Amino acid sequence: MNFDKELNARGLSCPLPIVKTKKALSDMVPGQVLKVISTDTGSVKDMAAFAEQTGNALVAQEEVGGEFVFYMKKG
Amino acid sequence: MAKKMAIIATKGTLDMAYPPFILASTAAALGYDVQVFFTFYGLQLLRKDLSDVKVSPLANPAMPMPIPMPVMVQMLPGMESMATMMMKQKIAKHGVASLEELRDLCLEADVKFIACQMTVDLFEFDKSEFIDNVEYGGAATFLSFAGDTDICLFV
Repeated sequence: MNFDKELNARGLSCPLPIVKTKKALSDMVPGQVLKVISTDTGSVKDMAAFAEQTGNALVAQEEVGGEFVFYMKKG
Repeated sequence: MAKKMAIIATKGTLDMAYPPFILASTAAALGYDVQVFFTFYGLQLLRKDLSDVKVSPLANPAMPMPIPMPVMVQMLPGMESMATMMMKQKIAKHGVASLEELRDLCLEADVKFIACQMTVDLFEFDKSEFIDNVEYGGAATFLSFAGDTDICLFV
């Protein structure tokens, strides 16, 4: 999947993946896609909750070798 | 119109310092307008230097310890510092942010910190020991914001 920016949130625990996702999105324009890589199991539910509450779209997510990858489209 | 959250932070220990800062930084990331009112021991969390914020195993029976420790042992000098050191190592190992980092993230996200003026006077705290981004006020100041919030928590 194509993306415009990547955020490495490996090794970070709640709430850092969410807070850093928000920060990374802040200097992007609507329609651009942020790829987030996290190793925090809690981020699976949290990223969905973040998208739902902020008007950004979680367009895809996958688990690759114990890492969670999210594609967040800025709304 | 943004949702609002208010938190009253009353505790000054390492373990109890986390919930207000985690919830405040996360809510701010979700677009909430957030204020935290620091009162009584919670005021210690506004010090520039947070190295005195500790956790005690004493009267904290749910705190996971590597080996069971009788209360008589927990009372010994240095046990609090040891427990604090162990907790901080665990925090770093698991990628949990430090208090300083979470506090900075809150400020960066425009979370408003209000320090209880009455407590500052009561304990004769020196305001110069607190971080700069703090407003001083009383219960009425806090309630004027809290009365109109979606979430209001007492920690």
